[in-house]
Amino acid sequence: MSTVSLPAGTGPVPGAPAAPARAQRRAARRWYRQPALMAGIIITGLIIIAAAAAPLLTSYNPIAQNLNASLAGPSAHHLLGTDQLGRDTWTRLLYGLRVDLRIAFIAVLFPFVLGTILGSLAGYFGGWVDVVVMRLVDTVVAFPFYVLVIALVFVLGPGERSIYIAITVVGWVSYARIVRGEILVAKRQDYVLAAQAGGLSSARIMGRHLLPNVISQAFIYGMSDIVQDILAIVTLGYFGLGVPPPTADLGSMINDGQNFLSTHWQLTTIPGLAVIVVGLGLSLIGDGLADLLRTGSA
Amino acid sequence: MGRMSFVGRRLLQLIPVAFGVTFIVFFMVHLIPGDPAASILGIHATPRAVAILHHEWGLNRPLLSQYWLFLDRLLHGNLGYSLYYGQSTSSLVLSHLPPTLWLIVYAGVLSVLISVPLAMIAASRQDGVRDHVVRAVPLVGLGMPSFWLAFLLILVFAIKVQAFPVSGYGSGFFGHLRSMFLPSLTAALALSPVVIRSLRASMLTVLGAEYITTARSKGVPGHRLFLRHVLRNAVIPAVTVLGINIGFLIGTTVIIEEVFAIPGVGQLMINSIFQRDFPVVQGVTLVFAVMVVLLNLLADMAYAALDPRVRFDR
Repeated sequence: MSTVSLPAGTGPVPGAPAAPARAQRRAARRWYRQPALMAGIIITGLIIIAAAAAPLLTSYNPIAQNLNASLAGPSAHHLLGTDQLGRDTWTRLLYGLRVDLRIAFIAVLFPFVLGTILGSLAGYFGGWVDVVVMRLVDTVVAFPFYVLVIALVFVLGPGERSIYIAITVVGWVSYARIVRGEILVAKRQDYVLAAQAGGLSSARIMGRHLLPNVISQAFIYGMSDIVQDILAIVTLGYFGLGVPPPTADLGSMINDGQNFLSTHWQLTTIPGLAVIVVGLGLSLIGDGLADLLRTGSA
Repeated sequence: MGRMSFVGRRLLQLIPVAFGVTFIVFFMVHLIPGDPAASILGIHATPRAVAILHHEWGLNRPLLSQYWLFLDRLLHGNLGYSLYYGQSTSSLVLSHLPPTLWLIVYAGVLSVLISVPLAMIAASRQDGVRDHVVRAVPLVGLGMPSFWLAFLLILVFAIKVQAFPVSGYGSGFFGHLRSMFLPSLTAALALSPVVIRSLRASMLTVLGAEYITTARSKGVPGHRLFLRHVLRNAVIPAVTVLGINIGFLIGTTVIIEEVFAIPGVGQLMINSIFQRDFPVVQGVTLVFAVMVVLLNLLADMAYAALDPRVRFDR
């Protein structure tokens, strides 16, 4: 993008607004030709549909026990067999995905918003605002991700609300760093200088002019962040700090299965595979979007 | 700008972080719903015990004065007393530290051994088949729960093929080396996707540099070019990448220690959570943060020592 300012009246300015708009249109026409993006959308879409339509895809109740049919192998009745309490594994997998995906997609919103706001303020105003925000970032990143998440959920008490709080406290820093970095570059561009010279308020410049141009990087990071959040939720579930039992959750399924690892390994491996496939789908979307933006703005 | 002032500046930056980290750890007690003293003591919450804990933590004083009390204790090396073990947290942490340090170092070494060759293979022919295969590793690896990977490795290498023990720390140097192989491999595999990604990118940057073109035009053969020119200059980013991800690695060890029953600080943390032993959880959280900060500092200093250009930085 050009940063050279032309004197007025020298013909059409190869200005900022036209070029990205054209690139966006070009990118929009081409998105379906990105194999990574397409594969990601298909994988993620199928999983979300399967999780949402869980009651239609199985006739069992995820928490109904049937001790006469415990630890059964795969059969026509039980596609993936049953666990030690005779609960249908396929059913628990679908309902577990439903719970974990819902929590992960909600959980990613709070750090996204908080980090974007704090990052924009730090990048745009600089000075003491920047110092305070960045020292806060330094403080949070001093803690290992899992240590702080586990410790926070422990003190707040297990459950969904604690997961949201813990993920927000730990997760906002990456968004703040990304958005701050992008704003630092973008605020030197002509269109921002023009808006400032035109006397627009800081809030308007940030909200209407800067954010739309810098948000895409945060969005791409958000895709891999959802993967990290799902892993955190599953890990908390594994340690019994997640969604309380008997609600199906992939982490508690793996925990239940570990006692039968040598005899019924499918109880442990299947929920983990599901997590990997979800992660693969979302990572492909993130990578595809990143490629699209790179070629789109080139 | 000499190296000493680079280190000095880094140390100065640590002061606000030290206050921030201790404040977060201190504030954890106020996140407990209800009366923290009563919740922590649980069934042992006699009015007398609650009153003692209130007095000990100064819970009826203003917040800043409570924090001051907390800092004052810390400076005297007092991390609080375990409600379950009846010992000081600092002595508990010290006795659990060696296995954790083993795990971190072992995993760090293994992840370099895994990532550097793979990144080299990928970077040696950009957009070739090998490159695409290696680039697919992070796609699968990033979404893999580390404790799940641990079970898989246990299933294959400890149950089916009984090459390694299912769990434990082992005894003696070679005992540790054998017992800690699967746990360290798990941590290394969890870390590798991130490291491979960054290393591949930095190797591609090195390959694009002018001195590589010069070496190529002089007729330096491919393998020699890689070993002498590319690898050397890619080791520095490898150290940095490991330094940046040290927090991730340490967080993973908490989970892995629990799965493999390794008596380290991570297992101490998880056990204390199950015992609702708040002072230990609080102390261990602080110790982990200190570990990350110190290892990051170490990585930065290694970087300054390895790369002469840092001297002229800024």
